Amino acid sequence: MGVQESYPIDVAAIREDFPILDRKVGGDFTVPGEGENDDLPLVYLDNAATSQTPRQVVDAIVDYYYGYNSNVHRGIHHLSQEASVAYENAHDRVAEFVNADGREEIVFTKNTTEAINLVAYAWGLEELGPGDTVVLTEMEHHASLVTWQQIAKKTGASVEYIRVDDEGRLDMEHAKELIDDSVKMVSVVHVSNTLGTINPVAELADMAHEVGAYIFVDGAQSVPTRPVDVKDIDADFFAFSGHKMLGPTGIGVLYGKEEILEDTSPYLYGGEMIRRVTYEESTWEDLPWKFEAGTPVIEQGIALHAAIDYLDDIGMENVQKHEELLAEYAYDRLDEFDDIEIYGPPGDDRGGLVAFNLDGVHAHDLSSILNDHAVAVRAGDHCTQPLHDKLGAAASTRASFYIYNTYEEIDKLVDAVDDARQLFA
Amino acid sequence: MGMGSDMYRQQILDHYKNPRNKGEMEEPTFSHTGENPSCGDTITMQVRLEDDGETIEFVAFSGDGCAISQASASMLSERLQGTTLSELEEMDTDDVTEMLGVDISPMRIKCAVLARQVAQDGAAIYEGDLDVDETTTEE
Repeated sequence: MGVQESYPIDVAAIREDFPILDRKVGGDFTVPGEGENDDLPLVYLDNAATSQTPRQVVDAIVDYYYGYNSNVHRGIHHLSQEASVAYENAHDRVAEFVNADGREEIVFTKNTTEAINLVAYAWGLEELGPGDTVVLTEMEHHASLVTWQQIAKKTGASVEYIRVDDEGRLDMEHAKELIDDSVKMVSVVHVSNTLGTINPVAELADMAHEVGAYIFVDGAQSVPTRPVDVKDIDADFFAFSGHKMLGPTGIGVLYGKEEILEDTSPYLYGGEMIRRVTYEESTWEDLPWKFEAGTPVIEQGIALHAAIDYLDDIGMENVQKHEELLAEYAYDRLDEFDDIEIYGPPGDDRGGLVAFNLDGVHAHDLSSILNDHAVAVRAGDHCTQPLHDKLGAAASTRASFYIYNTYEEIDKLVDAVDDARQLFA
Repeated sequence: MGMGSDMYRQQILDHYKNPRNKGEMEEPTFSHTGENPSCGDTITMQVRLEDDGETIEFVAFSGDGCAISQASASMLSERLQGTTLSELEEMDTDDVTEMLGVDISPMRIKCAVLARQVAQDGAAIYEGDLDVDETTTEE
């Protein structure tokens, strides 16, 4: 079994850690959890939307609530000290995972979207004005596209979009043209959630820094699926979400270079983020707490720590390799059919997702039929409406893979697509 | 097989593949267009009334979108013929699913009711109960 031995990760062993992958679906969905009419084994291929959660992460949440649930920082009592240490350590663990300098550079938010909004409001509203430009890409997720579009409207700044070429890659010549002295912020998606394109963010960071602009990298699809080093990229800001990397919903991470975060005003005000308050004035707590107003995401931070431990155990190089193999296999299998259009770069050069359309079948119909086969995918515009307009598709169907997915599951996807083809023929 | 599989019974697929009353009508009494932005479904419903100004003589539709939205428009165009504006106004979501004859999953119900909503809004605009500029959006 030489092939088995050289495979980067042990998928069968990993699947054991995810009880949900054993469940069946297809019956009454108004009652959560497996019921008596659920009779089809789940094929979960919607990981770019949210990943499943292993026992180890759920255990960390249970340990917290059963063992040391408490509010952080304000308590002198024992439980509060335990919770505070665990919550602060979670920041350190995240910093280590993406090679930040320390917890000062790691702010916990609600999700990637909130991390982008934090910078757009706290930095953008202060620093942008008429004559300034924010450069985005045509493949930007609404999280960044809508946010900067609206902040630009408020400040009088303008927004430019780096073109996406016919293969789904950024036109870097166009990027060079756009990134001039007027540019104050370049905000780009690292791995496209629709095209699967892996963007040259380090090169874009150089271009931004050359003109004195900052670069914000949306890593929602990259941090879960590959090694990420914010220093290698030289990102000024970087954001990602816990729930796409085995963690719970309700936590996102904003990385910011310490000196930039120091100079940036708070986004939300309240308790926890202050040092001294009088009726007239307030001063701010140190980083990162200055940006974490109110009771923070304690449970989620502790759970994200456990999720990172789990991923590091597998090794992010191995996760990436597995993702690439599955993406290439799915691409090749779907590409066999003339009536399937796949969006984005070739199978050997993309992240672990494939968005496509079957000729003559609307994406929502296709995903409904895939659901009849218990194949869970996403259909719609994937929060990239302008990109879909450009592609000439109202919607697409997206299969996205993670550490527990198998080649057999991709075969089931292709068979289910064929069923839709027959039904609509 | 699960609940969802019922959604694509022969009747839905038949109306999707062979739509009834699809096309442009000459001199409709009123015409209205609506969309479902998240799906990209668009429907235009055209209605011609008899001289009594109440009885629906003929209905045509045009549009693009998923099988559920287009089949629903096709079935509605047949169903409305010979009924009245009051009957159209009284049609609710249950009437639409009954007409379709299948269980529509909650995520797809907006596709199913788009044509009904467009026809109702068109009628309301015609009768002066709704602003002419009102657009119909199912979300």
